[in-house]
Amino acid sequence: MGLATEYLDTDAATTERLTRLWPPPRSVLAWLSTVDHKKLGKRYIITAFVFFALGGIEAALLRAQLARPDARLLTPEAYNQLFTMHGVTMMFLFVQPVLSGFSFYLTPLMIGARELAFPRLNSFSYFVFLLAGIFIYTSFLLGAAPNAGWFNYTPLSGPLYNSGPNIDFYGLGLLFLGISTTVGAINAIVTIAKLRAPGMSIDRMPLFLWSSLTMSVSVVFAMPALSAALIFLELERHWHFVFFDPQFGGNAMLWQHLFWVFGHPWVYIVFLPATGMLAMVIPTFSRRPMVGHTFVALATVTTGLVGFGVWVHHMFATGLPQLSMTFFGAASILVSIPSAVQIFAWLATMYYGRVVYTTSMLFAIAFIVQFVIGGISGVMTAAVPFDWQVTDTYFVVAHIHYVLAGGTLFGVLAAIYYWYPKMYGRLLDERLGKLSFWLLFIGFNLAFFPMHVSGMLGMTRRVYTYASSPGLDTANLLSTIGAYVFALGFVVTLWNVIQSRVAGHVAGPNPWGAGTLEWLAESPPEDYNFAQIPIVSARDPLWTNGVTAGPAFDEARLTPRTSALDADLQRPIELPHENYWAVATSVTLLVTFSALLIRSYWLFGIALAITLFGAARWMWPLQSKVAETEI
Amino acid sequence: MTAAELRSEHLLPPVWKPSQEVGWWAMVLVCATEAALFAYFLAAYFYLGVSNPSWPPAGFELPKLEKPLIMTLLLVSSSVVLIIAERLREHGRRAAYRLGTTVTVLLGAGFLALQTLEYREKLRTMSPMSNAYASTFYTITGFHGAHVAFGLLLLLYTLLRDSLGRIEPERPIVIKVSSLYWHFVDVVWLAILTSLYLSPRF
Repeated sequence: MGLATEYLDTDAATTERLTRLWPPPRSVLAWLSTVDHKKLGKRYIITAFVFFALGGIEAALLRAQLARPDARLLTPEAYNQLFTMHGVTMMFLFVQPVLSGFSFYLTPLMIGARELAFPRLNSFSYFVFLLAGIFIYTSFLLGAAPNAGWFNYTPLSGPLYNSGPNIDFYGLGLLFLGISTTVGAINAIVTIAKLRAPGMSIDRMPLFLWSSLTMSVSVVFAMPALSAALIFLELERHWHFVFFDPQFGGNAMLWQHLFWVFGHPWVYIVFLPATGMLAMVIPTFSRRPMVGHTFVALATVTTGLVGFGVWVHHMFATGLPQLSMTFFGAASILVSIPSAVQIFAWLATMYYGRVVYTTSMLFAIAFIVQFVIGGISGVMTAAVPFDWQVTDTYFVVAHIHYVLAGGTLFGVLAAIYYWYPKMYGRLLDERLGKLSFWLLFIGFNLAFFPMHVSGMLGMTRRVYTYASSPGLDTANLLSTIGAYVFALGFVVTLWNVIQSRVAGHVAGPNPWGAGTLEWLAESPPEDYNFAQIPIVSARDPLWTNGVTAGPAFDEARLTPRTSALDADLQRPIELPHENYWAVATSVTLLVTFSALLIRSYWLFGIALAITLFGAARWMWPLQSKVAETEI
Repeated sequence: MTAAELRSEHLLPPVWKPSQEVGWWAMVLVCATEAALFAYFLAAYFYLGVSNPSWPPAGFELPKLEKPLIMTLLLVSSSVVLIIAERLREHGRRAAYRLGTTVTVLLGAGFLALQTLEYREKLRTMSPMSNAYASTFYTITGFHGAHVAFGLLLLLYTLLRDSLGRIEPERPIVIKVSSLYWHFVDVVWLAILTSLYLSPRF
């Protein structure tokens, strides 16, 4: 704490110059043009939670339908659309964007930089995410939401069995969204590689950044598999190309392979950053540095890599050769090793530290418990004969929710309680927080644990109802009750988040006494993050006196660029000002994809041309940048 | 602050390397993700190939080689010309650079013209809707053609900026980045040539 206040005590002339370079927004229109990673990061998180609420409402309807056997609340078609959109929303519009939002907000602060490497690209990727979400949700207005499950198998999703626009919303919407995901990942990688404060060599980098780096590299190589599959699907649906129809040389399994080559890395993409969040929360509330820091970093990267070699375990029931299944089964069991390294490192950190049971820490502990349960059910399904027994049953539904809701979502909740004071300058209420925690913890387990049982009893997923039997009736009723308790927990946290903005205790720069650089900045941080660029000489620099105040770089909007491994200072780079081209380009891209949806190809051509022009205009060099080097 | 001051104050390395620039890193990653897209396309091509008794299927002839080989020559020589043009620019010969880049653009346009001719000929006997082989063939070559077209736009954009004097004299990153993309498109073509045109002959 002392260190931070001393550090922030910069001379008035510098802060004045920096404030002039980062002027407060002047008009409402500035909302559209901002390139500030903190505003955009928060916007990402809030938008993702709006989609989360929509996905939650869909889940609530599904659970209402399943509360009792043979219910007629939803028609089978409505049920199909709702469970598909629940999956699509949670997988693509909530969990990945919310993790990216935290990454875009936190990365520059954690590495002592003033911005992301490409601030305008960040604005672009936010708006593309928002517009792609709206694009996909427009389908509900037409009563034609995607209805073939979030993994959208052919031939069910092909033109023969699904002739409406439902699947086109899915296909084009996800291609559109993929642009945002990909450029966002590239932005994160370059930022982490090139903008770390001088001295923050790769071994001093916080673990959250290791996880977001691994996630982003996985996106770069996994996303194109989905794009390829979606391009094939849309070509087949629009122009009757053949890829999946065996009658004309196609193969329906091609979709499954491509989808899961993307899909399994995706599962780690939406999971690993949450482990990175835990690796920040647990050391802070155990009051000691992370045990096995290097091993956790390596385990994170290994998980990401192995994630590319296990896709076939989603396809054990499709009649593949025995040898192939044995290989992929073994590879899938292998994933448990790096995951176990992480779990034992968290436990060891708590064991050797003095644990403070804040709300954030409670969510982190619940994450570990639930992730272990989800991990074990994962290893069980990695065994081929067991998988044959439970595939496409609620056992798998329980597994995925234990990992992604019990894991990732609880990690995100831990992150909210941990970083909210940094974002808004006020602490969240701990009493409400703990109430919310217990509702969520009990609700979650009540909702999803019985699904293991209903799955083992043979209840198949994605079917709108079930026949009455003593085991299934009880398990489903419990799941429904649990789901509503779970929802109530979110309402409490939502109320906490709203009321703490005015009524919360003022946080100060470092309310938790944490060790990483984001806690050096003000809460909320100034627009330029740091008046003087930190120079780092140790891990957890705030705990080890490992940071000194470096140059101010206040001649223009500058942030230092450093070498990728050792973080030696190379030179400061100039950051762009507010910009409308990013949002304009995202809107013309929306028109481009909408034109494909309504099959208006002249509109497609015009919109694409305008998009390219907008991109060229946006890349036009900053005047000062050209002038600066003319010497 | 001028570059000279920055250099004295903050130890700017004496030689500028494009690989230090954030823009360079971004383009490398764009190429990586695009390379992955084509890798998945080609994997799909081979996957469908092994799930059919013969590939191309009975009734489809092997793709002819004359045009694709000329196209290869055009694209490879365009990359070589571009590399020479950049070297010349580094030695201050801006006019020679612009000429070289224009030649590259013309060679690239020649590639697209030949591809159009090839399509016109092929479409008479092979419709993209007829079979999975034809569909993958047109999809893969068509997407590559679109990438060539985009590469051409990028080169023209660079030329425009150079003629207007809107390129940072000390750090011509836009030139490096657009050439990188162009060479990448070139390499992807070699992979396509090998997979779609040559591999069925072995």
